[in-house]
Amino acid sequence: MAAKTLTIDGKQISAEEGATVLQAATEAGIPIPTLCHLEGVYDMGACRLCIVEITGIPKLLPACTTKVAEGMEIKTNSERLRKYRRMILELLFAERNHVCAVCVSNGHCELQTLAYSQGMEHVRYDYTFPKWNLDTTHRLFGMDHNRCVLCNRCVRVCWHIEGAGTKNVSGRGAKSRIITDLNMPWGDADSCTECGKCVMSCPTGALFNKGSTVGEMERDRDKLEFIVNAREKKQWIAD
Amino acid sequence: MILNDLIAIKEKEIAGRKKIILRCCLAAGCMSSDSKGVKEQLDKAVADAGLQNEVEVRGVGCMKLCCEGPLVAVEPENALYVKVTADNAPLIIGALKGSKAAIPQADPNSAFFAKQLSIVLANSGIVDPERIESYIAMDGYQALHEVLHEMTPKDVVETMVKCGLRGRGGAGFPTGLKWGTVAKSPGAKKYVVCNADEGDPGAFMDRSVLESDPHSVLEGMAIAAYAVGADQGFIYVRAEYPLAIARLQIAIKQAKTMSLLGSGIFESPFNFNVDLRIGAGAFVCGEETALMMSVEGKRGTPRPRPPFPAESGLFGCPTLLNNVETFANVPAIYRKGAEWFAGIGTEKSKGTKVFALAGKIKNTGLIEVPMGTPLRTIVEEMGGGAPDGGTIKAVQTGGPSGGCIPSQHLDTPVDYESLGKLGSIMGSGGMIVMDQTTNMVEIARFFMEFCMDESCGKCIPCRAGTVQMHHILDKIVNRKATARDLAKLEELCDMVRNTSLCGLGQTAPNPTMSTLRFFRNEYEALLQSDPHGAQANGTANKTELGTK
Ligand SMILES: Cc1cc2nc3c(=O)[nH]c(=O)nc-3n(C[C@H](O)[C@H](O)[C@H](O)COP(=O)(O)O)c2cc1C
Ligand code: SF4
Ligand code: SF4
Ligand code: SF4
Ligand code: FES
Ligand code: FES
Repeated sequence: MAAKTLTIDGKQISAEEGATVLQAATEAGIPIPTLCHLEGVYDMGACRLCIVEITGIPKLLPACTTKVAEGMEIKTNSERLRKYRRMILELLFAERNHVCAVCVSNGHCELQTLAYSQGMEHVRYDYTFPKWNLDTTHRLFGMDHNRCVLCNRCVRVCWHIEGAGTKNVSGRGAKSRIITDLNMPWGDADSCTECGKCVMSCPTGALFNKGSTVGEMERDRDKLEFIVNAREKKQWIAD
Repeated sequence: MILNDLIAIKEKEIAGRKKIILRCCLAAGCMSSDSKGVKEQLDKAVADAGLQNEVEVRGVGCMKLCCEGPLVAVEPENALYVKVTADNAPLIIGALKGSKAAIPQADPNSAFFAKQLSIVLANSGIVDPERIESYIAMDGYQALHEVLHEMTPKDVVETMVKCGLRGRGGAGFPTGLKWGTVAKSPGAKKYVVCNADEGDPGAFMDRSVLESDPHSVLEGMAIAAYAVGADQGFIYVRAEYPLAIARLQIAIKQAKTMSLLGSGIFESPFNFNVDLRIGAGAFVCGEETALMMSVEGKRGTPRPRPPFPAESGLFGCPTLLNNVETFANVPAIYRKGAEWFAGIGTEKSKGTKVFALAGKIKNTGLIEVPMGTPLRTIVEEMGGGAPDGGTIKAVQTGGPSGGCIPSQHLDTPVDYESLGKLGSIMGSGGMIVMDQTTNMVEIARFFMEFCMDESCGKCIPCRAGTVQMHHILDKIVNRKATARDLAKLEELCDMVRNTSLCGLGQTAPNPTMSTLRFFRNEYEALLQSDPHGAQANGTANKTELGTK
């Protein structure tokens, strides 16, 4: 495939045609923050943390869904972008009840890590303290809606890697909610194969293995990539 | 069906016309005040008077002055009865024989009607929307015939480019350019989709077009399909429009029966079918990518563009998506020519625009005016100004994506660029007039609440940002906010418009930003002094609130 040359943050790089800006940047060692992106499943441009500035395009575009083009000049880390990213993270913390101190993912949470890396020190918006419940009806796994950031990763892995189609989104706006089957308790969702891939994919403490206590929930993300590589590229090696 | 058949239908229809025609509005506005009963009683009164051979009572679509409905028009006398009740029927029939009917009338020569220029609504209130013959009598489907037999698809696209029509769904994208892109996109299967989701609060233009003249939309879609190489069309109508849906179903069936839809239309190799898809009530499904997801039977959420629908749309095929009013313009353009259409309107905004005039104004209803008509002409002359001696404070256009134009800018011509310069948008045609009693912060809160409730929830800036912006606006209205809150609101407006995925989030801050631009004093008057020291004059300590 033809290579494209482009500049990211002043650095000249080349990338394969069809690659996304995120792939090109990652390959060149330029970090772009992401949340809804997950290796192995298609991108949906939902979290907007990966937005970048491209010369000549008035709109900010998400790096994860934007394809590279010849001669592109991209900025990933301007003052404006950093400010927007911090605001997005603040909005997320104010949206649901992220009480990290008592979370199974404390210390291994992507949301927490992002807040640190993006310099989000405090939340200036009023917390909304919504009432969300906990679904512990499944034999092996639990779901805590209080910690869900609606990144949709669990839905995508459940449909496109496992092929079970158990997880879905219902409602809209701030009332959106991850559901299992036809909005029934997870334990009653017949289509669930108990594969655990959704739990592996979750960036926060929203999905967890039963029995984990505070800070214990670490995820094996590489397993998901391994499965996809095995299936699509017929490569059976984990790296 | 060949051209001669079409002309024969037209001639038969015209020859069969009775001497007197009573047109009774059977569109949703008048139906809600029992115009159906009026029509029944008119039919009965005609029969009682033994006038069946001289008088036709025709159910028609919207006659525009909806606030005075039910409306009944008398031809050729040119009388227009307003607020007609079923009991009035015998009086109206009596008046045909000379006795004076004591029923209020509107003046068909008043500014409300005289300043209109009808292209899209030319048949509205004239034809019977449930009879295809009635549309054919107005030269309906002749443009389709001409296009299929006299023009190549390339010619059709060129005419569309030349006429300068821009999309009436809100953004004003040049229609010819869009048609050309779809035509050029490679693919054996292509689709044409009509966006009839019309979700802006206060807007009812598209509903009226579908209820009053559904065949103009079908003919427009067929011409578009020929131009881009599609053979299947979908009309996505919201479920809240049962009458529009029923009339579309009737229209599609009649067009199929006459082979004006289906295979080998007008004995040409062109095939085109149209199916309806009913929306389930989400505003965001009016956004084109969400709409296509919904047509595919999936959850209606927008996706990033590119790829644009013109390249990869419905079921991954190149798809042409236009608004109802855009399609309704099409037949007239091919009947009368691109030059004719390009001669109407302004340099960059051609043709007419239909508006649903509502709010604090004497005459509410549907108006169609040439692009470039000053707002003042619309609200003061046609609309008759604010009722009860009030004064007009602002005019809102573009619904939840638009802005408020203050009265000092009423001389602004209505076109895409001029409205954009004032921080509003043309939008799909909702026009809400506000008088001196309107609280602009409450207006901003109302539209923000709408966007918050209608956000699909996919992307964070829109989903969570609208909640916070609404919260701050609510605090301001309730006098609980400080200058810091106002600064936070403005910062959020900027972030949400720049980072949201789709048009809903990108434009959700518009009503707030435009009221802040013109009515900032109203916000500031509601602020509390800040316990942390900043003054309640809107000049918050921005360095502290901004980037740290
Ligand atoms: C949130 C949202 C809602 C929309 N709703 C409608 C609608 O109800 N009707 C419509 O025609 N276009 C609507 N649009 C615009 C469409 O996405 C699209 O631009 C338009 O239908 C294209 O047709 P046009 O080129 O003929 O204007 C909406 C856009 C957004 C972002
Ligand atoms: S465990 Fe597997 S099948 Fe069950 S919901 Fe999670 S991803 Fe889907
Ligand atoms: S449960 Fe986890 S993976 Fe699923 S949407 Fe919520 S945060 Fe994302
Ligand atoms: S901007 Fe709003 S409506 Fe559009 S994708 Fe994002 S959340 Fe959904
Ligand atoms: S990672 Fe690109 S939008 Fe979420
Ligand atoms: S609905 Fe009857 S005049 Fe508009």
